[in-house]
Amino acid sequence: MPFADQTLLTMGLAIFLVPLLAFTVLIHFGSRLPKGGDWVAQAGIVTSAVLALTIFWNVIVGLYDPGWTWWSAEAGLSWNWIDLADLKLPVGLYLDNLSVIMLTMVTVVASCIFFFSAGYMHGDPKYPRFFAYLSYFCFAMLGLVLVDNLLFLFIFWELVGVGSYLLIGFFHEEEEPPRASLKAFMVNRVGDVLFLLGIIIAWQLVGTLNYPAMFEALAAGNFPDPASRAFSSLSNHQLLTLSGVLIFCGAISKSAQVPLHTWLPDAMAGPTPVSALIHAATMVAAGVFMVGRMYPWFTPEALMFVAGIGAVTALVGATMGLVSFDIKKVLAYSTMSQLGYMMLGLGVGGFVAGLFHLITHAFFKACLFLGSGSVIHAVHSQDMRDMGGLRKKMPRTYWTFLLATLALAGVPCFAGYYSKDQIVANALAWGLSHGAAHWVPFLFASVGAFLTTFYMFRLVFMTFHGAPQNAEKYAHAHESPALMTIPLMILAGFALLGGGTMNPLADVDHLWFNELVPAPASAAAAGLGLAVESAEDVAHHLHSAHYPALFTSLLAIVAGFLLARRMYLVKSTDPAAVTRRFGPLYGLVVNKYHFDDMYGDRGLVGGLKQVNGALAWFDRNIVDGVVNAVGLAGRFIAFVMGLFDKYVIDGLVNSMRTLTRLCSSIFRLAQTGNARDYLTWTLVGVLILAFWLA
Amino acid sequence: MVSPQDAVVVGSGFAGSLSSYLVVSGGLFLLGVTCVLVRRNALYVLMGVELILNSANLNFVAFARFGGYGMDGQMVALFVVILAAAEAAVALAIIMRVFNEFGSVDVTRTDSLRD
Repeated sequence: MPFADQTLLTMGLAIFLVPLLAFTVLIHFGSRLPKGGDWVAQAGIVTSAVLALTIFWNVIVGLYDPGWTWWSAEAGLSWNWIDLADLKLPVGLYLDNLSVIMLTMVTVVASCIFFFSAGYMHGDPKYPRFFAYLSYFCFAMLGLVLVDNLLFLFIFWELVGVGSYLLIGFFHEEEEPPRASLKAFMVNRVGDVLFLLGIIIAWQLVGTLNYPAMFEALAAGNFPDPASRAFSSLSNHQLLTLSGVLIFCGAISKSAQVPLHTWLPDAMAGPTPVSALIHAATMVAAGVFMVGRMYPWFTPEALMFVAGIGAVTALVGATMGLVSFDIKKVLAYSTMSQLGYMMLGLGVGGFVAGLFHLITHAFFKACLFLGSGSVIHAVHSQDMRDMGGLRKKMPRTYWTFLLATLALAGVPCFAGYYSKDQIVANALAWGLSHGAAHWVPFLFASVGAFLTTFYMFRLVFMTFHGAPQNAEKYAHAHESPALMTIPLMILAGFALLGGGTMNPLADVDHLWFNELVPAPASAAAAGLGLAVESAEDVAHHLHSAHYPALFTSLLAIVAGFLLARRMYLVKSTDPAAVTRRFGPLYGLVVNKYHFDDMYGDRGLVGGLKQVNGALAWFDRNIVDGVVNAVGLAGRFIAFVMGLFDKYVIDGLVNSMRTLTRLCSSIFRLAQTGNARDYLTWTLVGVLILAFWLA
Repeated sequence: MVSPQDAVVVGSGFAGSLSSYLVVSGGLFLLGVTCVLVRRNALYVLMGVELILNSANLNFVAFARFGGYGMDGQMVALFVVILAAAEAAVALAIIMRVFNEFGSVDVTRTDSLRD
């Protein structure tokens, strides 16, 4: 044990609370601080990074123990969020090798991006607020990684969603960003509602939401009697599968999987450092991390669903990347496709492969996005048709970008190779051992590998090679300042070395990540008593799949590279001719498979609008009619009561008045106002008294 | 003891009974009241009041003379004369105001107190 429990708890809390502190300071005083307060945000994230690296150094490097976990509840350091008689929701921190690696990745990538942003956003009127939002996002993301239960993961999940919303819509004076941010937020709502339903079902099945306790309860198989719970017609197995699928639905929206991926390309309307941090390295990867965290929970059927969605996303994303001319959109589709690969890897049983790819991808994709940011900063355009030949003007950007591209394509020796290759190998092993339709993930992954190489080199060639396509923009282009290129170099370094080795034939079982983050045993299988493939069988299939997969991948990479070179570097084939030949297919891809149309005004949203119109009609005519009828009835009763008041009550009062008036009209006859009359009556009175008394 | 009605005053040149004084006084009073009640002109009303006051004076003096009450009656009569003078001054002032206000001194028209 490298740390005392109390120390580890303090460090864990500090890692995500320090950025929150930075956010609080910046949002209130940011504009009054010198230099817009960027140093506050940078100091905050660097503090987090130092703490994360300290833990990393002591735990990962120092202990190198695959089984290392630390749960605050076991150390007696939990806190009850809700504490009622029979309902307790304890909250604490949970650390294992995976979360320590995630923390390190997030804080290091974020630190690079924070410094890069200081250059990229320089002179922006909302500069302090940008750093406030970035800090806020880091707080939410790090909290998501650190917490020990599904409910708080969900809460932080929503908080990162807010951060994403704020940052996509950062340039809210323009037309596109607010729309894109709203779209991202709304599309994510769909997945999040399903995610919450999955959590509720999970709660019903095991009565706890802390990961270790959940898996323990699941593995013990103590399910409630189906008759006593909701969905009593579903067996425990079916309900568990449903729960897994619903939980994965959260990841579908957050990690931009088909069919809820449409927000990610639009999210590129945000500032480029945001795209790098949120929409490439961290937030979108949170879905993959969550599936990894919940891995023991998934039944084989749920995992098959994960694999299917991942495979489709990998291919769909890659094809859409082929046809875009917006440098950031190409990278966005690439991100989507790579997230598909990760899901595919997890789904086919490649727990290690999927999560390893999450880590390596974060570094090189952040590098690619920052590189594109550097290019955009130089030419003030996102359209690749405005670029070309920038290699000579921006050598540092070019070389780091190229390294990251090689890593993304999965060229041997680079970080991406080790992770992506494992995914393909796992997909092949899955196909080999299950047969039939289970070949689909491998097939899609291989085609995807070809397409990935193709669109990435298309991007590199169009941007950095060839003749400048826009002479004026080329003339003004210049290399970015060191503040921006040094983060690029750091990230490119990780893209080169993230695999932990440069030997392409290294035994995958002894890669650092494979050794440190072993696949957990399936609690679902244990709890339901399902037969699992023995470890030897898995190893055997993987072993026999490794070289064929490697060969396929290499073939795909070489083919992709050669095709891209032919079409975009030597230009012996005209891309326009190719698009003409594949006209209908090209149209389908350019229109993003009509997903946006499906959701848009002539699809889902339009349909909902019509339903809403019908409901509004019902409201206006039926509900309002009933309400108005009740109102009219009230008015009628009030009218009758008014009559009673007017004629009976008021009549009584008025008759008193009339009576009084009548009497007084008699008596007032004596009041003539004429002094002589009074005198006369006085005299009469006196005479009467005189005679009477006499 | 003799009653005031039939006592005979001795020691003066004038002889007569109390009743004759009271009859004159009563006549005077009736004339005054009639004047007050019948005449419309405020000045005549004022004169009627004077007649009433003087009939009362006559009564005071007559009772004092025939009742053996010393000079009390005469004293009161003197006060009444002074009072009448003051009253006449005030009443004339009021009549002036009434004339200004109503344009006449007709007492039947000064009935605005009724409302």
